[in-house]
Amino acid sequence: MDIKRRKFLKLAGLSAVAGIGAPSAFNMLLRGEVSASEGKPSGHGGGEGHGAASTTKYRYGIVIDVRKFASIKGLAGKCIKACHTIHNVPNYGNKKDEIKWVWVESYEHAFPEHSQYKRNERLHKLPILTMCNHCDNPPCVRACPTQATFKNKENGIIMMDYHRCIGCRFCMAACPYGARSFNWRNPREKDSQGRYRFLERINPDYPCRMRGVVEKCTLCVERIDRGQIPACVEATGNTGAMIFGDLNDPNSEISRVLRETFTIQRKPAVGTHPSLFYII
Amino acid sequence: MIDKALKGDTRYWIWLAFLLGVMTLGGLSYVQQFKYGLGYTGMSRDVSWGVYIAQFTFLVGVAAGGVMLVLPYYLHDFKAFGRITVLGEFMAIAAVSMCLMFILADLGQPARVLNVILHPTPNSMLFWDMIVLNGYLFLNIICGWVILNAEAKEVPPPKWVKPFVYISIPWAISIHTVTAFLYAGLPGRHFWLTAIMAPRFLASAFAAGPALLLICAMAMKKYANFDPGEKAVNKLCTIISYAAIANFFFIGLEFFTAYYSNIPGHMHTLDYLFFGLEGHDNLVPFMRFSMVLGLIATIAIMVPAVRRNDRYLVITCAALFLALWIDKGVGLVLGGFVPNPLEYITEYVPTFGELMITAGIWATGFFILTILYKVALAVDRQIHG
Ligand code: SF4
Ligand code: SF4
Ligand code: SF4
Repeated sequence: MDIKRRKFLKLAGLSAVAGIGAPSAFNMLLRGEVSASEGKPSGHGGGEGHGAASTTKYRYGIVIDVRKFASIKGLAGKCIKACHTIHNVPNYGNKKDEIKWVWVESYEHAFPEHSQYKRNERLHKLPILTMCNHCDNPPCVRACPTQATFKNKENGIIMMDYHRCIGCRFCMAACPYGARSFNWRNPREKDSQGRYRFLERINPDYPCRMRGVVEKCTLCVERIDRGQIPACVEATGNTGAMIFGDLNDPNSEISRVLRETFTIQRKPAVGTHPSLFYII
Repeated sequence: MIDKALKGDTRYWIWLAFLLGVMTLGGLSYVQQFKYGLGYTGMSRDVSWGVYIAQFTFLVGVAAGGVMLVLPYYLHDFKAFGRITVLGEFMAIAAVSMCLMFILADLGQPARVLNVILHPTPNSMLFWDMIVLNGYLFLNIICGWVILNAEAKEVPPPKWVKPFVYISIPWAISIHTVTAFLYAGLPGRHFWLTAIMAPRFLASAFAAGPALLLICAMAMKKYANFDPGEKAVNKLCTIISYAAIANFFFIGLEFFTAYYSNIPGHMHTLDYLFFGLEGHDNLVPFMRFSMVLGLIATIAIMVPAVRRNDRYLVITCAALFLALWIDKGVGLVLGGFVPNPLEYITEYVPTFGELMITAGIWATGFFILTILYKVALAVDRQIHG
């Protein structure tokens, strides 16, 4: 589906909501022009299960090889540390205020809908690195009343505008992966000696958030813009535990891995089309 | 016309002073919350909406409930509602005002609320909710106030307000439908992802709204010599009982779908609310109490002897209102977050300050309601002597 047509469909959908131009959108539905998959056999999930390809120029994604994380001790911790220091993610040390962009989850919580009878011991212990999936069809963006969370038109990354967010937390209710955190209090609070209470130090190259706004993994969009790879991917070095790249480019390494390896996504049934893939 | 609210007996002034006191406490708590951030409340990453949004949801229902008077009176020319229709409209005004205050109290950045208008986003249900709620407030102010003003001057209401009255009827349905869409369109929240969310909301609204109205009318009958009329009371009871039956029927449907399909995701929240899930059962006593109380009240309100006895009637309506409030103002919103999308269970307990803010907003709503009803009463007395 080319961009123009997609835009037109969006417009048609909007005007249908507004009650104008409704017949045309309706006719297109009747003629079957609005379909999720392009010419492929349409199963319930849209042919390949994943549905239509992204319409952005690039679409960045990550393949996470959980086997590597299991065999290399402390690797996940390194990724988390890299992300949270670079992005000034506060550490409150309690669950109520908690903010996290990337964290380790157990298999049964990361993939609650995958069932295995007599589950392998190995699966139980797997450290699954979880973060925002940068969904191609993101419910958080759909829900946001101010476009403070939005999809980057160039590269498909789901981004946040901390200065526009009103803190309604509709996006948190909408995200099926629990990827979003809210600033319940001031992350830059200082103690009596003038030290930050919840931040070890502040990276001046990345904005600190104010209380009352939502935040999450940004796929390091600021680094990608500078031609770097995401900090967590960088932290895995040459282990091959994380492969970052453009899903739209058939010749990229990530595309090759996806073609050759069996990967799974989190909660495929909800139709969000995550850009994160896991090798278990 | 508002000057009519400035004359009242001691009881009236004590009541207003009491409300003002609660409003002040709520206001002071809000200042604390404003200074500290929403961490002042019991909400967390896993339960990211709490009592504020739950009250908001419930009160949208109370507001929509006013249409159960407007519709019979204007569309079916049911004359007996003549004296109380304006009470329904005024209740809608108070309830929508509370809704807007609860939304504001829940925002992390309340000063930026205008961003919803500056960056209109038609794909967001919250955007539409803001439009329909403000529209409904406007419609009820016009309809209620203009018509009452005309009555006070003993002239027929101006012709131009009629279209607004008719628009307000489907509009009332729309506010609760769009509010249901806030929940019913979210993937990965099984408890909310149900097509009968909107009808369920409407059914409970059409029971809770008129029930509250009946309580107010009975209070005015006792303390202010206002007689809503036996026919009107009877009709209201009938409306309430049908709506309450529909409400419990819908709840039954939810149970059937969840437990007959036996899909774990659909059962989890109901398990949590009514039976406890993996040892977490904070809400179980409330939900069970709500169910039993609601069913008893629904049966009671159909009994003629109850309808004829003012005291029994008020108790029954209060019981039903409380039952519906627990179901929707507590269980529905909080339950949706348990378990969370990663199937962890985090329970939520509101903080004292959060409850004070909540009480303060309710008090503000009742303050508005009292003033409006006082004016309506004065006009009523002027006409009916
Ligand atoms: S994972 Fe959640 S926050 Fe990230 S894009 Fe998908 S829905 Fe949005
Ligand atoms: S909390 Fe912020 S980002 Fe999330 S939906 Fe509300 S305005 Fe949008
Ligand atoms: S991609 Fe960047 S922002 Fe996202 S988890 Fe990795 S380091 Fe953090």
